Amino acid sequence: MASDKIDVRYVAKLARIALTQDEVERFGKQLGDLLEHVNVLSELETSAVPATAQVVESTNVERSDEAGPCLDRETVLSMAPQRQGAFFRVPKIIAEP
Amino acid sequence: MTVKTQYEAVIGIECHVELKTRSKMFCACANEFGGEPNTKVCPVCLALPGSLPVANAEAIRHMIRAGLAFGASIPAFSKFDRKNYFYPDMPKDYQISQYDMPLTLGGTVRYWLEDGTLKECKLTRIHLEEDTGKSMHGGGGDGRIAGSSFSLIDFNRAGVPLMECVSEPDLRSAQEAVGYLESLKRTFVQLGVSDVKMEEGSLRCDANVSIRPAGSSELGTKTEIKNMNSFRSVLRAIESEIERQTAIMESGGRIVQETRGWDEGQGETHSMRSKEEAHDYRYFPDPDLVPIEIGAALIEELRKTIPVLPPQRFAKYREYGMDAKQATQLVDNSALADYYDASVAAGANAQASMNFVLGDLSRLANETGIAASESVVTPAALAELVTLVEGKTINSKIAKELLERMWAGEGSPKAIVEKEGLTQTSDTGEIEKLIDDILAANEKAATDYKAGKTNILGFLTGAVMKASRGKANPALVNELLRKKLE
Amino acid sequence: MNDIVKRSAADIVRDVSAKRISARDVTEAVLARVDEVDDRLGCYLTRLHDRARQQAQHVDERVAAGERLPLAGVPLAVKDNMCLAGTRTTAASKILENWIAPYTATAVQRMLDAGAIPIGKSNLDEFAMGSSCENSALGVTRNPYDLKRVPGGSSGGSAAAVAAFEAAIGLGSDTGGSIREPGAFCNVVGFKPTYGRVSRYGLIAFASSLDQIGPLTRTVEDAALAYDAMAGHDPMDSTSIDRPVEPAASSLRDDLKGLRIGIVKEFETAKLGPEIDALYKRAYEELAGLGAELVEVALPTADYGLATYYLIAPAECSSNLARFDGVRYGLRVDGADVGQMYEQTRAAGFGAEVKRRILIGTYALSSGYYDAYYVKAQKARTMFAQDFRKAFERCDLIAAPAASSPAFEFDSKSDPYSMYMMDYYTIPMSLAGLPALSVPCGYAGTPALPMGLQLAAPLFEEAKLLGAAHAYERATAHAAKGTVAV
Repeated sequence: MASDKIDVRYVAKLARIALTQDEVERFGKQLGDLLEHVNVLSELETSAVPATAQVVESTNVERSDEAGPCLDRETVLSMAPQRQGAFFRVPKIIAEP
Repeated sequence: MTVKTQYEAVIGIECHVELKTRSKMFCACANEFGGEPNTKVCPVCLALPGSLPVANAEAIRHMIRAGLAFGASIPAFSKFDRKNYFYPDMPKDYQISQYDMPLTLGGTVRYWLEDGTLKECKLTRIHLEEDTGKSMHGGGGDGRIAGSSFSLIDFNRAGVPLMECVSEPDLRSAQEAVGYLESLKRTFVQLGVSDVKMEEGSLRCDANVSIRPAGSSELGTKTEIKNMNSFRSVLRAIESEIERQTAIMESGGRIVQETRGWDEGQGETHSMRSKEEAHDYRYFPDPDLVPIEIGAALIEELRKTIPVLPPQRFAKYREYGMDAKQATQLVDNSALADYYDASVAAGANAQASMNFVLGDLSRLANETGIAASESVVTPAALAELVTLVEGKTINSKIAKELLERMWAGEGSPKAIVEKEGLTQTSDTGEIEKLIDDILAANEKAATDYKAGKTNILGFLTGAVMKASRGKANPALVNELLRKKLE
Repeated sequence: MNDIVKRSAADIVRDVSAKRISARDVTEAVLARVDEVDDRLGCYLTRLHDRARQQAQHVDERVAAGERLPLAGVPLAVKDNMCLAGTRTTAASKILENWIAPYTATAVQRMLDAGAIPIGKSNLDEFAMGSSCENSALGVTRNPYDLKRVPGGSSGGSAAAVAAFEAAIGLGSDTGGSIREPGAFCNVVGFKPTYGRVSRYGLIAFASSLDQIGPLTRTVEDAALAYDAMAGHDPMDSTSIDRPVEPAASSLRDDLKGLRIGIVKEFETAKLGPEIDALYKRAYEELAGLGAELVEVALPTADYGLATYYLIAPAECSSNLARFDGVRYGLRVDGADVGQMYEQTRAAGFGAEVKRRILIGTYALSSGYYDAYYVKAQKARTMFAQDFRKAFERCDLIAAPAASSPAFEFDSKSDPYSMYMMDYYTIPMSLAGLPALSVPCGYAGTPALPMGLQLAAPLFEEAKLLGAAHAYERATAHAAKGTVAV
C-alpha cells in the first residue's frame, strides 16, 4: 500500500479548493494520520476478492426514451450566482478542458 | 546527391457523435438542437443537489447497433464511470463516461477515397457518454477563449447522449481521414443512430497526427489537432499539420507532443498548451448507476435491424460498373439506393436500372419534387420497364416516354405497351415502307445527303421514328436509311 | 406543553383518521412547541409554519372526503439534505445557504402524500459528514437530554426534534451511522433500511453507494409506519430496488421466540468500560429473556470497517460535491478567472470536515493511488458482505452497540479520527448495505444519558428487524424512563 506523504497542495488543486498555509499544514497532518489508519487495509488478503461497487446487486436499470417536462427557465436562472439574459455567466475561462 | 527522406503520416481519429434520441442520456429533457437557451434543463442535467441519473435504453441500443455495424465485439458486461474534471459547462464537474468497459470493442470501418479505392481503418472502441453544455466567450477575443473576459453558458445540450469513436492509427493521409469520417457519418445516418450534422455540432472530431520515415514501423511523436468544424477543415488541418511536422523533421528539429488548435482563417494549427497542470481524471465506477449486461438474445435482436451499410453498397455498385462518383451519389441517397436495390432484386439489369435511377427517374423526382421512393412507380415496375428495354421489346425512346406516363400514374409498363401496341418493330419491310414515304416527302433532304450533308441523317431518322409512333428500332432505321441514301 | 405533541405518530393517525382531532390541531400544538423550545435546541434550520398549516388543511380536507391516509396529520422533521420544493435546502453548508429547491425528494413526497405535515428542515453535519452536528455551518443543535451535549449526527436535528416533541417522525439519512448514532444519543429509534429500499432521489448525495434515508421516531411502530410510506421502487433512482416491500407495521411482534440473535465476537464491549459493558450485556440478556437464542458470530473484518469506509465515502463525496462550483446555484466568491472563482468559492463554502473528506477522497482516486486505496477498499467491502452472509447462516438478526459512548459534550472531540471512531459499530452494516436500527436500551454515565442497542438483519428483512425491535421496546420501555431537559 502506498505510503507516500500526501501532497495536499496538489490534491487541493485537483479538488479546486484554495487552502491557506495554515490549512495546508493542518490538513496535511490530519490526512497523513488518517492515511496511516487506513493503511491497515494492506493487512487484508484480497487478491482473490472481487471489488464491490454496489452492495445490492442489480443490472440494466434503464428508462424508456421518452421526453418529459423541463424546469421553467426563470426558476433555473433565478438560482444563478450571475446571469446575463438567458445565460449563466462565469468569469473568463483560461483554457479548454 | 543525397536522397531526401520520404515521410508518411500516421493518423488516428477520435470523434464524438451525438445520438439521435427523443430524450437526453440520463434524464427526460428533450434531445433537440437549438431552442431558447436554458429551456431544456431539469434537476438532473443541471446537476441540482440530490438529482440522480437514469440511463436511456434507446441510447444503449444505438451503441450496440453501431458496434455491430462495424463488426465490433459487444462485451457481455459494461458499466459507466465518472471522469472527474472541472469545466463550467459541465454541470456535475464530472462527465459520466465509460473507462475500462465500453459498450463496444474493436471493429473495422470500411471507407473509400474519391477515386473509389476501398480502404479499412480499425476501431479501438466506441463508448457512451454525455455531452456538455455550450459556452460562448464574450468581451473580446471574437468568440474565442483567448482574449475573452467572460463566458455565457447554455445547458440545453448538457446530458445529450454522445458516442465517442476511437480509431486505431491506421490512416495515412488527410484524404483517408476524411474518407473514414465520411464513412462513419454515412453509416450512422443509415443506422438512424445520429443525424450527424457537423454544422449543429453533432459530430466533432480530433485527430492524432505523427509522421515517420516511409516504411518505418515505429510511431513518431504525435500532436492532437482540435477545433476542426467541417470535413474540409479536417482535410486542411491535417495536411497543414503534416507539412509542419515534415518541415520540422527536414530541418532537423523535434516534434513536441502537444495539443494544437486548427485556425480556419489562418489555415494553420497553433499550440494550445496551457499553464494548467496535467489532468488526473480520477475515473471510478459511477455509484449512481448500475452495470449493463448484454445478452446474446439482445444482440441477435439488434443484429436483425442492421440494414445494408454504405461501404457494402459502394463496393457492390462499383462491381455493377458504376464509377466512383455515381456510386457515391447513389449511396448518399439511401432512399434512392434502397429503391435501386429493390429494382435489381426484382430482376432489373443492374447497369440499365442504374441509368434510369440516376437519369430519368432522378430528373422526374427533381421536376416534381417527389422522391422516387415516394412515387407511384414501384421498383418492381421499374424492373419491368428495364426488362422490356433489355429484351428489345421497346426502344429507349419509348421507355423514356413510358416512364413519364408511369410516373403520372398510368399503370404498369407492360399493360401500356400491350394496350397501345408500342412494341418495338424490327420488321424490315415495314420500316422500309416508312422510309420510302419519308424520302418521297423530303426529296431535297435526300439530295442534300448525297451532296455531303450527312448530318441530315438525324433529321430523317427522327421523321421515320415519328411515323412509326416511336416503335421502330432506331438502330435499324438508321441502318436502312443509310443504305437507301447511298 | 400540549400533550398532543407527545403522541406517537400511530396515535395521531388513529385520532385524525377517526376525526377525534384535526391535523390542524396537531400541527398548531407542534408549531407552538417549536416556538417554545427550538430557540434553545436548534433542531430546525428552517421552520415551515405556513407550509405546515397549508398541508394540515389539505390533510383535513382529504380525511373529511373519506380518504384513508397512513400518516394523516403526523408532524414531520425533514433533514435539510432532502429537497422540498419551494423551501430552502442547505445541507447545513454555506455553499447552499440560500438555495431554494425547485423539486421535492421522492421520500419526502411519499411522506407528504401519506398525510405527514412538514414542520421544518432539520440541522445536520454539513453534507451529512459528521457524528455530532457540530459540523453544521448554519446552526448548533443541542441534545434535549443535556443541552451541554451534542445530539449526535449527522441526522442530529431530526433526532433531537423527535426527542423534544417538535415532530413525531424525523427523516434522516445514514451513510455510516448517521441515523443510528443520533437515535441512540437522543433516546429515539433510528432506522436505516436496506441500501436501495428508499429512493435517494432528492437526497443531497454524500456517498452514493452508502447513503440511505430512514426515519427517527419515538416508537418502533412509528418507524414501521414511516418505512411503509417511503419504501419501494422509484424510477428516478437507478439504485432503488425494484422488488416488493413486505409491510412492516403489520409484522410487529411481542416476543422473540424462535429467533437466533447473533452477538459479534469482535465487538467486544469490555473496552467501552465496565458500565457500558454491563449495559450491553444486560441488553443481550433482555433479548434472551424475550425468547431469543443468543449465538456468537464472527465478523473477522470488523476492525477494517473504518479504514474501508473512510476511503469509499470520501472518494465518492469528492466527486459528488464537485458540482458546488459557483456556476449554476449557491455561493460564488469571485475570482479573476473561472479557476480562481472555483477555488475561492469552495474554500469559502465548505467547512473543514467537508474539505478534509474531499481531499482524502480526491487523493484516494488520484492516479497512482486508485488501486492501492479505492479498489482495495472495494475489495474489503466485498469481504464485509461475505462475512455478514456467513454470520446470518447462524442467526436471524445481529445485536451490537449503536455507539461506543453516550452523547458527548461540545468540542470534546478535537481529533477527526476520534470522532470517526464513534461509527465503529455502525459502519460494517453500512458497508454491507444491511437494514439496521438503534433502539433505546438504557442509560449510562453521569448524568445518566441514553444509550442505543443496534439490531441488524439480512438484506430486505426490514419487517423481521422492526418486528423484533418492537418486542424489545415493549418489554423494556427504556425510553420512557428518561426525561428531556426542555
